[in-house]
Amino acid sequence: MKFAVQINEGPYTHQASDSAYNFIVAALEKGHEIIRVFFYHDGVNNATRFTTPPQDDRNIVTRWSELAEKHNLDMVVCVAAAQRRGIADEGEAKRNGLDADNIAPGFRISGLGQLVEAGIQSDRVVVFGD
Amino acid sequence: MSEPWEDEEEGAIKKFMFINRKAPYGTIYALESLEVVLISAAFDQDVSLVFSDDGVFQLKKDQDPESIGMKNFSRTYRALEGYDVEKLYVDKESMEERGLTEDDLLVDVEMLSKEELGNLMNEQDVVLSF
Repeated sequence: MKFAVQINEGPYTHQASDSAYNFIVAALEKGHEIIRVFFYHDGVNNATRFTTPPQDDRNIVTRWSELAEKHNLDMVVCVAAAQRRGIADEGEAKRNGLDADNIAPGFRISGLGQLVEAGIQSDRVVVFGD
Repeated sequence: MSEPWEDEEEGAIKKFMFINRKAPYGTIYALESLEVVLISAAFDQDVSLVFSDDGVFQLKKDQDPESIGMKNFSRTYRALEGYDVEKLYVDKESMEERGLTEDDLLVDVEMLSKEELGNLMNEQDVVLSF
């Protein structure tokens, strides 16, 4: 089955990101396809590579980046939500006159159309959040 | 390259339902939900909106959030018709619990019981809840 996954909450504060991660790993193991992972609301905070949790805790951001690389996942961060919350890639940083970008490897910033498109192209959209 | 919403692909219309459960201010869910609704309408999808729990307050007339530094975005609900988003459903029970009637709302809605909403939900292809 083709799944699209939406994550609406930030890492650590909320379990949504962990649950989504576990869901995706399990779905891939069963041979399903994850056509896109879309980060919205505070979920965009999963995409900052400036996250430095204590060493004995899981690094949620790195974990996403590694999963994306291993399975060639399309991880999309909503641009409007990202701008509000200070998540920027190189292009966004330039456009908005920021002195740095902070997006982690494997993530890309794009529009909400990517969420709707994922809804159209997938068999199921699974939403993680409150 | 053409944008995805410009593709005249047959059968690419899905039933999208957006369930709004949160008050309009206090959290950003209502505002960011509205942004997805507008995008999905731009993709010419079959869009329904449900307002339930504190989400019914999103449609309340005479909102005046300027005093808490928030922009009043409730006018956008009135503009939805112009985007062909005309299916607005409200949970009857949530309205009653909050002492609201249809006269308190700024748009025309259909009031449904939880059971009727459940049936409607079953007919959808994509259900996103905010």
